[in-house]
Amino acid sequence: MELYPIFGWLDGLLEKVGITGPTADLITLVALAAMVFGLLSLIALFLVWWERKISAHIQQRFGPMMAGWHGVLQTVADAVKLIQKEDIVPTLADRKVFFWAPVICFVSAFAAYIVIPFGEGLIVSDLNIGILYIIAITTFTVISLLMAGWGSNNKYALIGGMRSAAQAVSYEIPLVLSILGVVMVAGSMSMVDIVESQSGWGGFRWNIFFQPLGFVIYLIAATAEANRTPFDLPEAEQELVAGFNIEYSGMKFAMFFLAEFVNMFTVSAIATTVFLGGWNGPFLPSWIWFLGKTLAIVFLLMVFRWSFPRLRVDQLMEFAWKVLLPLAFLNILYVGVFAKWLNW
Amino acid sequence: MTQDLHTEKMVINMGPHHPSTHGVCRLILTLDGENVVECEPVIGYLHRSIEKICENRTYAQCIPLMDRFEYVTSMSCNWVFALATEKLTDLEIPERAEYLRVIMTELNRIASHLLCIGVTGLDLGALTPFLYTFRERELILDLFEMTCGQRLTYNYIRIGGVSQDIPDEFIPKCREFLDIFDEKVDDYEKVLTENPIWMARNKGIGVISKQQVYDFAISGPSARASGVDFDIRRDDPYSVYDRFDYTIPVFEGGDSYDRYRARVQEMRESAKIIGQALDQLPGGDIRAKVRAMFKPKAGEVYSRIENSRGEMGIYLLSDGGKKPVRVRARGASYNHLLIIPEIIKGLKIADLVAIFASLDVILPEIDR
Repeated sequence: MELYPIFGWLDGLLEKVGITGPTADLITLVALAAMVFGLLSLIALFLVWWERKISAHIQQRFGPMMAGWHGVLQTVADAVKLIQKEDIVPTLADRKVFFWAPVICFVSAFAAYIVIPFGEGLIVSDLNIGILYIIAITTFTVISLLMAGWGSNNKYALIGGMRSAAQAVSYEIPLVLSILGVVMVAGSMSMVDIVESQSGWGGFRWNIFFQPLGFVIYLIAATAEANRTPFDLPEAEQELVAGFNIEYSGMKFAMFFLAEFVNMFTVSAIATTVFLGGWNGPFLPSWIWFLGKTLAIVFLLMVFRWSFPRLRVDQLMEFAWKVLLPLAFLNILYVGVFAKWLNW
Repeated sequence: MTQDLHTEKMVINMGPHHPSTHGVCRLILTLDGENVVECEPVIGYLHRSIEKICENRTYAQCIPLMDRFEYVTSMSCNWVFALATEKLTDLEIPERAEYLRVIMTELNRIASHLLCIGVTGLDLGALTPFLYTFRERELILDLFEMTCGQRLTYNYIRIGGVSQDIPDEFIPKCREFLDIFDEKVDDYEKVLTENPIWMARNKGIGVISKQQVYDFAISGPSARASGVDFDIRRDDPYSVYDRFDYTIPVFEGGDSYDRYRARVQEMRESAKIIGQALDQLPGGDIRAKVRAMFKPKAGEVYSRIENSRGEMGIYLLSDGGKKPVRVRARGASYNHLLIIPEIIKGLKIADLVAIFASLDVILPEIDR
């Protein structure tokens, strides 16, 4: 399955109707955006349901059972409920900042998918700085959380926003350094090139076998980036009630909520692309391999959340700067020496 | 940087409706960033004037009020009031009633500790142990429901005995529970005790020294976690507690982690007591003959028992009439709340939540 035949078909259809040139390009792009957006919304809805099911089964409960088969429609029902809710803005809130925070959060969460290869040829745009682009665009989430914390004019929200800023800045560094090892080996920052560099051994020459340390560092830092337990301090509900999103309700809250799940899928998709060989794998179509590996990482992140307590803020910082960062440097050194020596 | 950044301290109202203040406690926190500079508890949001209402009720009518005094361990509240009135009379309490009281109160202690441990996990972000502890707590509540029809406010222990005998299926069900309980506690310990994050969050946090235990009259598991070997069940024995073989866990650290471990150990010991009590359970009456209009002798008395949180006491002043002249209830939580401002200074908000949970402060007991 590839995207280009679909475009060809769409272009042909448009030509028949008599639309050509920039208008046709625009229509194709909008169709593409709608496809990615629709797919991701579906994935986010599924992940919310899945998380509720996993948490329920870990805790010996059933979880949602009433809406649809085993509650599959529960998230849809929740979303409909949230849309109907009154949109409350606190009187003393900074209205502009308050409004734009969830929008930025939502957009930046989705923008990362421009360069993620869902399968062989299933990529919106293969930028030659793909991985750099993703790291840059996902960091926008932090700005939105800070804005939400500041704009709400609530003390708990402010602490939550500040925590998220400190946390994201700290964990961004080991995250980038752990990916750097792979970029060094692949010799490119394009996502497609990185995946293709792992296509040897019948589709099993994955980077995780060469750089297990890098993978572990990435996974831990990514958990922190996605604000998941044990690193979910910005929204620690027991300390800060709900952190940065305390004043948000209705659709704005839903945007934060969906963005969180999209972000979780993003970091898992990057882990798949960079360390688990992306779409590479025998027999099955490439997109099934990609989706399967990504969902496996998502599953791991969910199990983390339901089995660990939360770290304290100073322990969180210490862990990033005193443990992860030196290990990440060590990983780069190790990759540098071995890549040169064994000619990976 | 030549000039220091201008910073301000932030005053934040934690509560009365905050998920981690276990009820309606309000803490006025002065924060320097994440650090707590000052903490001032404000209480009274749950005041129901139980002590004053008791003065207008007969002794028998006071017992259901006592259920509300501290609704997590209602059995102890019933018992401590019944004990006070019994001290002012020369009632012979039947043996069977004493054993039933022990069984019920120890079951209630386990239920209370399960709640405390689960909620501590919840407050530290570990959501799963909470559901696990509630799963076992449910079994205990089923036993209570089977016996007296209630799951929270039992009104079971009455003056002179207990309200009704246990049904036939109680003993097998209770034994079934005791059989699986030790394994379940092992499960909680697997999830929490050895968990590195749990240790990092609890070890060395909120240390209460031995001297502070005496100064603030801390009691119960919180005192025993600080190395004070005192348990009213053993050191000022009431009822039939001298007939059981059990140990009282004492730890030396005095931090949140030891308070947690003391509770876990106490649950195992309570299960042992229940097992022995079921073995020794004699037949016979469940209540002494008490006149419909119960009147104790004139005088004053203080009765105390070991509750799951610490010393629970009732001071009772009687003029020989059908109503008490004065009732004063003592709960351990008040002292436990008062020590928090002392030990919290310089720690983080997240630590405050951990300490609050580990001291097992419960608000109805403070506000009464």
